[in-house]
Amino acid sequence: MDRRIYGLENEYGIICTPERRGGKALSIQNAVMYLFREIISGRMYPDVFLENGARFYQDIGCHPEYATPECDNVIELLTHDKAGERIIERLSTTAEKKMRFDGFFGKISVFKNNTDTPGNTYGCHENYLMDRRVSFRQLASQLIPFFVTRQVFTGAGKAIRTDRGKYVISQRAQHIREEISIATTTARGIINTRDEPHADREKYRRLHVIVGDSNMSEFATFLKVGTTAIVLRMIEDNFIRQRLALRNSVKAIQEISTDTTCSRNIELENGKRLTAVELQWQYFECAKHYFEQAESDSITDQVMERWEYTLKCLEVNPLLLDRELDWVIKKKLIETYVASRNLKWDSNDVLMLDLQYHNIRREGETKKTGLYYKLEQKDQVERMVTDEQVDKAMHLPPETTRAKFRGRFVKLANERKILCGVNWSYIQLYEPYQKLFLSTDPLKSEYEEASRMIYSI
Amino acid sequence: MRSEQQEKEQRDNKPQDIEDIQPDAELAEQGEELSEDLDQILDEIDEILEEDSEEFVENYIQRGGQ
Repeated sequence: MDRRIYGLENEYGIICTPERRGGKALSIQNAVMYLFREIISGRMYPDVFLENGARFYQDIGCHPEYATPECDNVIELLTHDKAGERIIERLSTTAEKKMRFDGFFGKISVFKNNTDTPGNTYGCHENYLMDRRVSFRQLASQLIPFFVTRQVFTGAGKAIRTDRGKYVISQRAQHIREEISIATTTARGIINTRDEPHADREKYRRLHVIVGDSNMSEFATFLKVGTTAIVLRMIEDNFIRQRLALRNSVKAIQEISTDTTCSRNIELENGKRLTAVELQWQYFECAKHYFEQAESDSITDQVMERWEYTLKCLEVNPLLLDRELDWVIKKKLIETYVASRNLKWDSNDVLMLDLQYHNIRREGETKKTGLYYKLEQKDQVERMVTDEQVDKAMHLPPETTRAKFRGRFVKLANERKILCGVNWSYIQLYEPYQKLFLSTDPLKSEYEEASRMIYSI
Repeated sequence: MRSEQQEKEQRDNKPQDIEDIQPDAELAEQGEELSEDLDQILDEIDEILEEDSEEFVENYIQRGGQ
């Protein structure tokens, strides 16, 4: 596919702690209710589409989840992913004020990560609209080695409580149990087979990727989605000829995650042994070859350039990427702090730092803001989008996909208090008569009949 | 153990941007600023850790999601 729809869903972790010692903490359930209170305005369920086309709702396990609107380029997707963080930050500040009004003096902390302290996991799901004609077997076999190894640049890192200072590259890798699976809450697979395209089923499949980590780093999100999109395009065009199948993919994903030198060899089905970085080089070289004939664009060129740069650095020394990759940025920060304050690696402080790196709070008191954003404010991390772009995306949908149509409708419906049902692929008016407007092509931004209806209201 | 040849290959593979960096006064100054910034961040971490880490970390229990 030349033009593709991308979407990112993030399930956030949340905790409400007393603002003063001896104060009362709120349960997660109640904290989430406060979080949604401003936005659901009278609706029964915490599940709403926003004027920027995104969906914000309470998902399984009481996680606030933000699903970006449909985007058709990676920079826009990244912008909307960050806009989601900003919206939730704003809602949590409002929620704290409301709580105070009700007599609870609590602090809401929201984390964009994938594991809690005892080891429960919640996900970051990537969505790619794909050509239905591709055989699933081929798709899975060519994607699995890519997904197993891309963690060397997509991983968000995690400090593990041992005295030897154990640190893993990926938060999610340790929760992957199968190669292919439909489950999202139990035996999670490297390939997830959920296929709800929210579009014309004959034409499209939605590839729902649950194997990745949530990223704070803009560079990591950009590279994660950008490289995956390139690999998908090559698979759709039947371009990949290399045999890269691994002997044991589930074991490999975990082994790669535990080796922060990125030099461990993984066994392929054909007996060869390659490192994760070498396997990524194979995909990269294939892509380079592919773009000798296939058409590229400026964003794809950027992805290729950064992919190459990242692999080169990973080969020399992963620590060179301490402005780019989450797992490296966080590792360096924790190590620096541990060394300067003479801490022990198995202390709670180390786990606290790990957690607070993912705290999405950017504004406000020093002790409330997240570590990633402290680094960003001091220009210690690489940026790919501007604050202005992100602010805009909090309110405005992408211009070139059906999110534009949905966003415009939601804004109007909120202003005029119109009774309606909104979903990814339809809008339904309840009054005065039940009228349904389908929008089954996510690549289309205008729906004539529905637009006339919107303007006639 | 890596052989010398491997080491050399790795050096040769070093990304262009990294090799291009030459020490100069301006960069040294930037380096100092960088470490001041980092020191400030480390101090701010002290503030974050004034909160009881043990209690916070132990209480950070979510239900499993998708």
